[in-house]
Amino acid sequence: MTIATIDSSASQPARASLFYDPVIRGVVFQVLLALFIIYLVYSGVTNAANNLARAGIATGFGFLNNRAGFDIGQSLIPYTANSTYRQAFFVGLTNTIFVAAIGIFFATILGFIVGIARLSKNFLVRKVAEVYVETLRNIPLLLQLLFWYKAVLSALPAPRGSIEMFNSSVFLNNRGLIMPQYLAEAGASIFYASIAIGIAVAVVIARWAKKRQMATGQIFPTIRVALGLIIGVPLVVLFVLGVPFTAEYPELSGFNFRGGTTIRPEFMALLLGLSLYTAAFIAEIVRAGILAVSKGQTEAAFSLGLRPNTTMRLVIIPQALRVIIPPLTSQYLNLTKNSSLAIAVGYPDLVSVFSGTVANQTGQAVEVISITMIVYLTLSLLTSAFMNWFNSRVALVER
Amino acid sequence: MSDTHAETDVATTRLAFVRDDFLKSEAPPVREGGFGHWLKVNLFATPKDTILTILMALFLAWILPPLFNWAFFSAVWDGSNREACLGEGQGACWAFVDAKFGQFMYGRYPIDERWRVDLTAILLIVSLVPLAIPSVPYKKFNAIFLLVIFPIIAFILLTGQFGLPPVRTDLWGGLLVTLVVAIVGIVVSLPLGVLLALGRRSHLPFVKYASIVFIEFWRGVPLITILFMSSVMLPLFLPDGVTFDKLLRALVGVAFFASAYMAEVIRGGLQAIPKGQYEAADAMGLSYWQKMRLIILPQALTLVIPGIVNTFIGLFKDTSLVLIIGIFDLLGIVQLNFADPNWAAPQTAITGFAFAALVYFIFCFGMSKYSLYMERRLDTSHR
Repeated sequence: MTIATIDSSASQPARASLFYDPVIRGVVFQVLLALFIIYLVYSGVTNAANNLARAGIATGFGFLNNRAGFDIGQSLIPYTANSTYRQAFFVGLTNTIFVAAIGIFFATILGFIVGIARLSKNFLVRKVAEVYVETLRNIPLLLQLLFWYKAVLSALPAPRGSIEMFNSSVFLNNRGLIMPQYLAEAGASIFYASIAIGIAVAVVIARWAKKRQMATGQIFPTIRVALGLIIGVPLVVLFVLGVPFTAEYPELSGFNFRGGTTIRPEFMALLLGLSLYTAAFIAEIVRAGILAVSKGQTEAAFSLGLRPNTTMRLVIIPQALRVIIPPLTSQYLNLTKNSSLAIAVGYPDLVSVFSGTVANQTGQAVEVISITMIVYLTLSLLTSAFMNWFNSRVALVER
Repeated sequence: MSDTHAETDVATTRLAFVRDDFLKSEAPPVREGGFGHWLKVNLFATPKDTILTILMALFLAWILPPLFNWAFFSAVWDGSNREACLGEGQGACWAFVDAKFGQFMYGRYPIDERWRVDLTAILLIVSLVPLAIPSVPYKKFNAIFLLVIFPIIAFILLTGQFGLPPVRTDLWGGLLVTLVVAIVGIVVSLPLGVLLALGRRSHLPFVKYASIVFIEFWRGVPLITILFMSSVMLPLFLPDGVTFDKLLRALVGVAFFASAYMAEVIRGGLQAIPKGQYEAADAMGLSYWQKMRLIILPQALTLVIPGIVNTFIGLFKDTSLVLIIGIFDLLGIVQLNFADPNWAAPQTAITGFAFAALVYFIFCFGMSKYSLYMERRLDTSHR
């Protein structure tokens, strides 16, 4: 009897009210949300149009072709006050990428050193690394930047009392770090070519050596040969050519230096702050990555007869990198985004040049800030796309 | 039977190959404890280690004595103006911090009304401390008080409602503003982050993609551009006549920014809950919101407490960015006071930064230690 009842109820499902139908509920909810978002965007846009029209501010991106009329302290591409806002944008963008790239380079090196030092068996080394990480991580980056800029670099002596280094060829003062400049003469291109050829040959040899080792098991001293090709050969070429560079040494004339290249204090402060701060985070990532490789891996490698440094290179590091690289990429992204704090020390990066000066001059804040945001958004989406690709490539394949 | 027989034999008969005297005891092993051993293992294990130790000791000897000398022995502790800090070879000018301490804490908040800030701070501590200690009961009421009732009371006290003399927010400053921005950020971002995280894992396509776009947008741009946007662009998007306080505009930006990060932390917690929990809740016939409220979120949120605290640490440090749009938080007000001609001395700036750094450090370090403690408490993996 009971079975029969269940069967009959199954063939005729009870008609629930439409109000409780999950599909309909879902659709209704989504339509409401969409209407709400459309309303927000619509009212925002109409308000903005009204407000801009009332304030007499032009809209559109035509301003990009107008004359900028302001100077930028540091520029990697040709720029004068007569250039357009578009060129000012590219100056800011290249400056941001420049400081981010160099910052990433130093932060990675320092971060790996400190991260490994935190795992050292040596008590002093371990503690010094720990104090470094805890201090730098727990103080806001902006404070560190202002500290380097206002309390350290501005407190350096004036050009006349510069700190001299390296046999009076490098000077440090409150105008920056002044170094000799090397100007290329005829024949320098041969030197550059020899470096390129060295790298190319080294790549070919490394591939061949790997193939041979896979096939025969014979080991080729790849690293030593590659170093010889990349550093040794160009050095020989350099001396054969008779050093085709002239050094231009900075000289004190009047109140400032002439000649040489200057690294401005704004750039130094930003670079110091960004790399020291990010290095503390990278150190923690490296430490966690190495700790994530279980001790059994080391023991297994030893029992196979691998030496300690081979174990490190072939067993520990490849596995640690799998854990390290995703958070490392996001630290690189953070460093790039944090470089926008340049505005506080006056380094002309994208935000400072574009969202700061250009927005103030043109009054077209909406367009300017949107462009800035789109640039950073593109950078971060590209990074996360790379991370997803990398993750799927190195993820452990299980079952 | 035969065994017992054999044993008695051995016991009674004298065998030439069995010793009947004790072995002479060996010398005790080399000491494995004590200070000398510790030194050998931790500092001088190998020649390479010894060199490292000596280098590090030299480094510390080079850096620590001047640092201590600067901060304590040759520092100026009291004085009423710059004259005290002008001496040759003097260290930190703590007198400056002492003279400006009120400003650093309250900004330009009227002195007669500062008891309101103090009262708010006491209320905050009284409600926060029991919440942070796991063994104290009534967590639910405590959390409701802290997240709902406390903000209302704080708003009334700080801005001045119901007969209290109003205090405009541009008079607020110092640590007060730092804490207001950080706490508003966290209080708003928690519920908003939960909603966004749920939205991102929703099966409804529009909800899902709307959440993804929102989260990725706020996470993808630097906070400084968000603050610019909220201070410059937000007024443009509002109807004519509606104006926002400058601090409130910054708060809106910070709250959305924090929500996006919080959403990702909470999503991590949601993903860590085994699928069986979701299925079991469905099998019990719970509705979506019941399932989330009663089964999933309690587990997911406890799991990510360390992540939430870490987000909060990041937010706390990021509050310093509001100084760029002209709000005087702790760092902003310290920096503003460097311009005071009464205190223009060579060591003023560096002392001010050291003080601000110390305050930030105490807060952030405390929170990170707490997050580590919770992590250890919540760690249920049996390794």
